[in-house]
Amino acid sequence: MRLKAFIARPLLVILLLLAPFARAELSLEITTEGLRQIPLAMLPFGNERDLTTAVTPIVIADLQRSGLFKQVDVSGLNPVPTESAQLKLGDWRAKQAADVLLGSVSIEKDGKIKIRYVLVDTATEQDKLSEVITVAPNQLRGAAHRIADAVYEKLTGEKGVFSTKIAYVVKDGPSYQLRVADADAFNERTILSSKEPIISPKWSPDGTRMAYVTFELKRPLVVVQNLSTGARKVVANFRGNNSAPAWSPDGKRLAVTLSRDGIAQIYTIDAEGQEQPRRLMNTRAIDTEAVFTPDGRSVLFTSDRGGSPQIYKIPLEGGAAQRITFTGNYNVSPRLSPDGKKLVFIQQNGPSFRVMLQDLDTSQLQNMSDNALDESPSFSPNGRMILYASRVNGRGVLALVSADGRVRQKFTTQAGDVYEPAWGPLP
Amino acid sequence: MNKILLSILVAGALAACSSAPPKTGASAPVSETKVAETKPAEAAEKMPEAQPLTAPAADDTPFPTKGQNGALGQRSIFYAFDAFAVTEEYKPVAVAHAGFLAGHSKAKLTLQGNCDERGSREYNLALGSRRAEGVKNMMTLSGAAAEQIEVVSFGKEKPMAEGHDESAWSKNRRVDIVYQGE
Repeated sequence: MRLKAFIARPLLVILLLLAPFARAELSLEITTEGLRQIPLAMLPFGNERDLTTAVTPIVIADLQRSGLFKQVDVSGLNPVPTESAQLKLGDWRAKQAADVLLGSVSIEKDGKIKIRYVLVDTATEQDKLSEVITVAPNQLRGAAHRIADAVYEKLTGEKGVFSTKIAYVVKDGPSYQLRVADADAFNERTILSSKEPIISPKWSPDGTRMAYVTFELKRPLVVVQNLSTGARKVVANFRGNNSAPAWSPDGKRLAVTLSRDGIAQIYTIDAEGQEQPRRLMNTRAIDTEAVFTPDGRSVLFTSDRGGSPQIYKIPLEGGAAQRITFTGNYNVSPRLSPDGKKLVFIQQNGPSFRVMLQDLDTSQLQNMSDNALDESPSFSPNGRMILYASRVNGRGVLALVSADGRVRQKFTTQAGDVYEPAWGPLP
Repeated sequence: MNKILLSILVAGALAACSSAPPKTGASAPVSETKVAETKPAEAAEKMPEAQPLTAPAADDTPFPTKGQNGALGQRSIFYAFDAFAVTEEYKPVAVAHAGFLAGHSKAKLTLQGNCDERGSREYNLALGSRRAEGVKNMMTLSGAAAEQIEVVSFGKEKPMAEGHDESAWSKNRRVDIVYQGE
């Protein structure tokens, strides 16, 4: 039951090369209208045949998956240049390439792999990047992702997210699993198997722990799991529901929803579960789904205090809640971009539940969805992509859309439904 | 019911078997099966699977037989979308079970709140809880002791009907009455 997404036709040429290796297939839809892609010539690195895992196809797949790069034709080169001095840059300018990525690998005496790579600007003829990475032979995928991150950051000015991880829940028949995979769907592993539901996985800001809600004891409890040891702490086990964990930016506290006092209200607790919970509001309404602002001083949350669920903001020190959403009768599941300037959430419109993006400065609202049954959106840690759950042909799938709406992907599992995605932090 | 000892305390620590080997993720990606077996698999960061939590043993407590005639034989109360008040149609069910609790001081039950599949999982968890608390309020007003009634919500996680239309959804918007020991 591997996570995978399915291949789209225009990219069949590149991705077929990956097919024998891949447990993941990607569906990548790029709307070409007005999309400015950087034309990049990505040459296969020298001596990759000596490696267990070729690095260049992973770099190319990462950069292509971002939707921001267009691969310039690199066929017919003989020999393939592996150093900038070997490049005929006039030829690459003629092919409209803005930059050329090339390099080579070698196996050291101690068995480690040394990867040299260069990114050359075809216009200025300067090396924009010139680096050497040395890794163990079983870290080649990670090295490829680091190279893709470096190229991405150099050419776009944004941090790359190719070395990040995603978590999600898979339900297959009667069993539920909480899984973690690399952002390209490889190296999937199960961190919790259960016969009862699991929801709301949330990465700690440093990526070492996962908070989630488990129904293993037939009622919802909040657990924090150490990812490298598997050790778990039940941090909220009060009467009623314990759910909706959200990490404070310093990783020391969690906001949680507890119904211990008769109705869902938001409390903060220490992440070790040691203190008594501190209640944030006192309403007769449902208050839930808290998320911290990046400065850690307020939370945004869902409340139906106005009669139907809307999104509000409240300072942690206390004070009035400020309403944030005003369109429609059902706005839930708020998540903030890493810079706190954009809000993504789910809006009901008749029979449809859609991902909406709101600019918090201008209040401008944009529909990000291409479907009708969306849930649980979250931002990538560079704020460029929105990951959410959706349903396609009756099955739960994960969907990605770029914040400008131009790039979309879908991920599915071989069996069952996948939902409740959570994007991990930058490494 | 499993006879397993309770091993959880509020805010207690659970140590998983930290020497347990990582599972599926540590196996080699398909690309590496071409190479000699001595080459190591891609080192996925170790993320071992957690050990399950354990549940308390069940007691011997009285409960009304299921499927009997009348309101006491009914175990579910149903709702309209986003609604949480008990309607006139279902009041007799809440009152009948409250009467059973009032007459059997050792009886205990759990009210399980549920929602249809639409919308946020967490909001639905809260809504399911609100439905169940509403039934509890009605029961305590009808003579049951609050200590005899537990409230839990499954939100939309445990649908009774698996379809994706109003016929299925209406079956899933409900509170179930489940007695301890049955």
